[in-house]
Amino acid sequence: MDIGLGEYIALATLLFGIGALGFLTRRNLLIQLMSIELMLNSVNVALVAFNRWQPGSYDNMNHTGQTFAFFVIAVAAAEAAVGLAIVISLFRLKGSVETDRANQLKH
Amino acid sequence: MSTAGDLLFVVSAIAAIAGAAGTVMSRKPLRAALCLLGHIVALVGIFLSLQAHMLAAIQLLVYAGAVVVLFVFVIMLIGPEAETGSSDKGRAVRGLAAALMGSITLAIMFVVLDHNPAMGLVRGCEPGTDCMTFGGVEALGRNIYIGGMVPFELVSITLLVAIIGALAMARGRTPAEAKAASAGNADTEATAAAAEGE
Repeated sequence: MDIGLGEYIALATLLFGIGALGFLTRRNLLIQLMSIELMLNSVNVALVAFNRWQPGSYDNMNHTGQTFAFFVIAVAAAEAAVGLAIVISLFRLKGSVETDRANQLKH
Repeated sequence: MSTAGDLLFVVSAIAAIAGAAGTVMSRKPLRAALCLLGHIVALVGIFLSLQAHMLAAIQLLVYAGAVVVLFVFVIMLIGPEAETGSSDKGRAVRGLAAALMGSITLAIMFVVLDHNPAMGLVRGCEPGTDCMTFGGVEALGRNIYIGGMVPFELVSITLLVAIIGALAMARGRTPAEAKAASAGNADTEATAAAAEGE
């Protein structure tokens, strides 16, 4: 069995689908944040795989995809920090981390 | 690609999918965080099979070392309330979301798996040749500093803003500040002044 670019992109698609499904169906804010991390990670897999299969990336040391993945990791870390601070703030306000309880703008 | 690389991909892919599914389906957040850790370690294997050594190390340091620990700390801070119980959306909504995401995902997967075989395989890397440094610290660092100098510096500002934002968000109010805020509620002008002063 030969593993090509298609297999890597299929894996990234599947991981993104799992993350999106978790974000859409779960009501726990912590698990929704973890689902966002899953989606960001799957994008990294796609970027690094495209970098590897870019014609001539070995010869001229082209790391554009890996550079993008590096920035995605940095932004994901910042997102996790702020997101978890919001979780703590919401828990102080509502005593729960359910997203259904965050409805002050609704009424 | 070598057979060992194929094997690494298959094992890591199965572990990554299992970890992701565990993260999404666990009822307890702590179990979900541990599944996320397994998923991240599996992704390190995927990156290694793609010759992205530096990125694999960064992934392990930043995600497994920092983000997952942050999640576990927040779960610890929140305590037993972190488990929200059976508050997930109803069966119909969940089925609809699963059908929608499943069909889109499967459609994309079938398209990409039906790829052009000429694009499918790349030349492997012979030991001792120049391409062995591909994805290493020096090669990736050179690319980041030459091609992405300004974004790299902006990342430091982003992280600084995130740290200050997280502090401002999670710190809450001291009793004196809370008293001032509740006193100002009677008078809208005082509330605006208190918000401005904060």
